[in-house]
Amino acid sequence: MRDVAVVGFAQRQMAEFDGSPTCVELLVPILAECYEQTGFTRKDIGFWCSGSSDYLAGRSFSFVSAVDAIGVLPPVNESHVEMDAAWALYEAWIKIQTGEVDTALVYGFGKSSAGVLRRTLALQLDPYTMTPLWPDTVSLAGLQARAGIDAGLWDERAMAEVANRSLTDAEKNEYAIRKGGSSVDELLARPMYADPLRKHDCAPVTDGAAAIVIAADDRAYDAVERPAWISGFAHNADALQLGGRDLTRSPSAARAGEAAGGAGVEVAELHAPFSHQELILRGELGLGDDVRINPSGGALTSNPMFTSGLNRIGEAARRVWDGSSDRVLGHATSGPALQQNLVCVMGAEK
Amino acid sequence: MSKQPAAVIGVGQTHHRAKREDVSMAGLCREAVDRALADAGMGFDDIDAIVVGKAPDLFEGVMMPELFLAEALGAAGKPLLRVHTAGSVGGSTAIVASSLVQAGVHRRVLTLAFEKQSESNAMWALSVPVPFNMPVHAGAGGYFAPHVRSYIRRSEAPTHIGAIVAAKDRQNALKNPYAHLRNPDTTVESVLASQMLWDPIADEDTSRSADSPAWIHGTVMRSEPTTAAERDQVNPQAGREAAAALWTQAGITDPLNEIDAAEIYVPFSWFEPMWLENLGFTPEGEGWKLTESGGTALDGVLPVNCSGGVLSSNPIGASGMLRFAEAALQVRGRAGEHQVDGARRALGHAYGGGSQFFAMWVVGAEPPAN
Repeated sequence: MRDVAVVGFAQRQMAEFDGSPTCVELLVPILAECYEQTGFTRKDIGFWCSGSSDYLAGRSFSFVSAVDAIGVLPPVNESHVEMDAAWALYEAWIKIQTGEVDTALVYGFGKSSAGVLRRTLALQLDPYTMTPLWPDTVSLAGLQARAGIDAGLWDERAMAEVANRSLTDAEKNEYAIRKGGSSVDELLARPMYADPLRKHDCAPVTDGAAAIVIAADDRAYDAVERPAWISGFAHNADALQLGGRDLTRSPSAARAGEAAGGAGVEVAELHAPFSHQELILRGELGLGDDVRINPSGGALTSNPMFTSGLNRIGEAARRVWDGSSDRVLGHATSGPALQQNLVCVMGAEK
Repeated sequence: MSKQPAAVIGVGQTHHRAKREDVSMAGLCREAVDRALADAGMGFDDIDAIVVGKAPDLFEGVMMPELFLAEALGAAGKPLLRVHTAGSVGGSTAIVASSLVQAGVHRRVLTLAFEKQSESNAMWALSVPVPFNMPVHAGAGGYFAPHVRSYIRRSEAPTHIGAIVAAKDRQNALKNPYAHLRNPDTTVESVLASQMLWDPIADEDTSRSADSPAWIHGTVMRSEPTTAAERDQVNPQAGREAAAALWTQAGITDPLNEIDAAEIYVPFSWFEPMWLENLGFTPEGEGWKLTESGGTALDGVLPVNCSGGVLSSNPIGASGMLRFAEAALQVRGRAGEHQVDGARRALGHAYGGGSQFFAMWVVGAEPPAN
């Protein structure tokens, strides 16, 4: 395998983006920031790949106008996944592994506020047997959280501890849209939203876009002094049907973690849009109490759809660049109740 | 570092129809998947990863349908990727799947592209008003007709060239048991006499909604913007550059003589001569001469769309992959009645958006030399 590193990362998040659902206006400054960070120009990028959703944008072919943010004349080598941009990063990493290119820029975007997100996501379910009932995302997460509580795997206090830590860490993250920790008791005193979930147990609806630059071998050192070398990158899926799954588990997360070799990481950025999902993921990925979870505040403090997973990888990579960590993990999820998961392990050593 | 060689070892497709009301989405996909696995002599246990391609989700009314299809596609417990690059998606998806093998990450990958337009309404899916954009109100035919008119003016092609392509592809489709349109009576004269839809594209010119490995010798993807003042929409730069890069990768210097069969994405008949030029098979302005001479017929110097092509079956998100798959069938000698005698190297081509996204591959009967 070729040595490939994350060398650039830029993000923007807000509660409501006052612009087009293709986020071109948001992507242009983000790409500019990537060029500035890495010293690369558009011509240095060998491959482009993005992640977004037509349903979120409320139109077909929403990524088509997003390529305007690149400025694609002369034409570029480009692709798109209808998934979180973390999977676009995976496609770009594969492209570099084929030896065809040495660098790639990956971006994601999504304007969740354009519709009612929890209802839009009900369209991800089985169209013949589930979607007609419109089970929304928060309700499904509530069922999942309740299943774990009933099984004695976690309780509301453990969930509130996750939320309190996330909100406290988010105070240092300029892009977090919900922040400000208090105490577990204070959080537990807040009203129920979708029993057993309180508002702070659920990720806020967030608009945003983000981009990551990756580069192979010596090209990585052109961009950054201490590249975040990717040592393992894998993803996996479970079946969707909720009745056929143990909702307190996420076997696909465990398989992705095992394939990516996540043991021994110091920091893990987990894409857990609901507090109890962090508890599931920590178990499936085998992360002990000594692993620092979500120093950025994580998805509970800003969760831009189709970018949030990519953000986790970017946030983790930053800890390698600044020398504060030698081995980190970024995780992304997709689909209802942690159906699909991706793990990217990075480190200071090749 | 060098790529792992990769090859197509199994191909399957559905019987393409305007409406497949006899099957669910999962059933439709399994029809193609089961045939491909049988062709390869494999089962789901042999598959390491699954790559799904599809055009807009609004066509079926399901957001990321690969999520609910995961189990039916044998993807539970495996890596599952979903590609969407507009009309070129079938080609792009095959390229992503092949890159998983070429990168050395997986050994056996199942790739699938589908569209079940009867689940929703494609015209609705394409007509959602978009904020900050002027509506085109045209549909694909209205969008591309001016490009055809411009090509006719620039190349001074006689106006019956489109009808030659339409009649040829419809006759070829009769040799393909999976084709959607099967009209034995289509001739150049009947096409010219048919109803004009978007001048100069008449009804019969349009497509309808509906163990011998093939080694991969080269793959390429290129994109350009929908609108830009300097764009040539008749002969797009992205297509020209993609083709040039592809021929270099595959070690081809004279594509017209070195390619034995081409499956080119031709949703409107006139795009055959236009793409012949864009791909470098002929000099600019001369594609129509190759078409008119019969050079693109099954027994011509460059047989184009022997399967009947997009003009005879157009399940949008799958159309590009069908081109790639039909190219593979040709070099495997498995194309049945529409087989080109002795085909050793073939082109699969797809494009999408406003003639701005291109995906292509060259497959051969022999392993790649490089």
